[in-house]
Amino acid sequence: MRLITHNMLKCHVKNCKNPDKQFPLQFKDVKLEQIEAERNDEFLVRMLPRLDWSALLKTTKELGIVIPEKVPANPADDDEFLQALHTAILEMHVKEGSMICNGCGHEYKITKGIPNMLLAEHEI
Amino acid sequence: MSRPEHIAPPELFYGETEAKKYTRNTRIAAIQAEMTMRAVELLNLDGRMPHYLLDIGCGSGLSGEILDEDGHMWAGMDIAPSMLDIAIEKDVEGDLLMQDIGQGMGFRPGTFDGAISISVLQWLCNADKTENRPRYRLQRFFSTLFMALQRGARAVFQFYPENDAQVEMIMSISMKCGFTGGLVVDYPNSKKARKFYLCLFAGQEAGERQVLPKGLEGEENSVGVAYTQARIQDRSRGKQSRKPVKNSADWILHKKELARKRGKEDVPLNSKYTGRRRKPRF
Repeated sequence: MRLITHNMLKCHVKNCKNPDKQFPLQFKDVKLEQIEAERNDEFLVRMLPRLDWSALLKTTKELGIVIPEKVPANPADDDEFLQALHTAILEMHVKEGSMICNGCGHEYKITKGIPNMLLAEHEI
Repeated sequence: MSRPEHIAPPELFYGETEAKKYTRNTRIAAIQAEMTMRAVELLNLDGRMPHYLLDIGCGSGLSGEILDEDGHMWAGMDIAPSMLDIAIEKDVEGDLLMQDIGQGMGFRPGTFDGAISISVLQWLCNADKTENRPRYRLQRFFSTLFMALQRGARAVFQFYPENDAQVEMIMSISMKCGFTGGLVVDYPNSKKARKFYLCLFAGQEAGERQVLPKGLEGEENSVGVAYTQARIQDRSRGKQSRKPVKNSADWILHKKELARKRGKEDVPLNSKYTGRRRKPRF
């Protein structure tokens, strides 16, 4: 799973009602792998307003990936920024580990790059 | 027509063998590709721009490959682990999630530019576990999907409804969750090529009116995968070859052969006169 998807995911347990803590999901025991991908500037610029930058910053810090602290005023022309963003959200794959919701404590396990988002009976 | 959703829940039905079958079979792949392309067409995306799409029930990533070709980024979800395993083997581009869509999804509001789903929705109408209530599951699914989509985005579902009541249930629940739109039926006059697409709009952007696209009409064979009666023809031919017409020369030869095999003596020899029609006589 790439970090772009992680940046969109929050906990979907039915009785997890704490909106501040549902997002972002906390990574634990993560194995990362970088897989090169073609850079698409148009897509990156388009996705930028949808990303939660503070959450992305927090996650990348935990995983040891470096991205700029702030989004530059004109991101479309900033090659260095786009490259860093591309590497962080589209090339870094989380292969193993788990994601934990800070609100209800549900643990979403990740195996072979696929997070298990299935819920138990009492959580739906 | 057999309905896999009557046999077992999806995570069990699409076990290893069925998953392999689904992916190796070129005919299934071709039909799937055709339906995906039609679904993407119905999404009405701006063709030059890369979009972030959701593939609901992505399976082994057959639809995802089409989205890749069009230059879109995507995330897919499926409940069957065996199908997802094949998707990993194939190294699909999108992100995969193992998820039961009836439990809802947890994406932040406005994540996706659109959603497609091929042959999935009918599975949601089944209560294959005691805690599964189809209405509740559909409602949870549509409401969380509505949240996950951008305003004005579309969600297109190709599905095989079992009856009108099912269509009605799905439509009414999706409308309750805020969607507008309706059903697009391709080739309504052909029993085999007829395809149902539920085309839903998640609100609309200011100044734009969403219009429900028209279904395709005309000869279904003019495009894509041809629907033949190969199996039925095969069966009748097979029957013929096994049983010659009674009293014909072939039939007599066959009978004599059988008698010889069974060790009967005094079976007349075969000659050019065997089973030949006699001259008409007064």
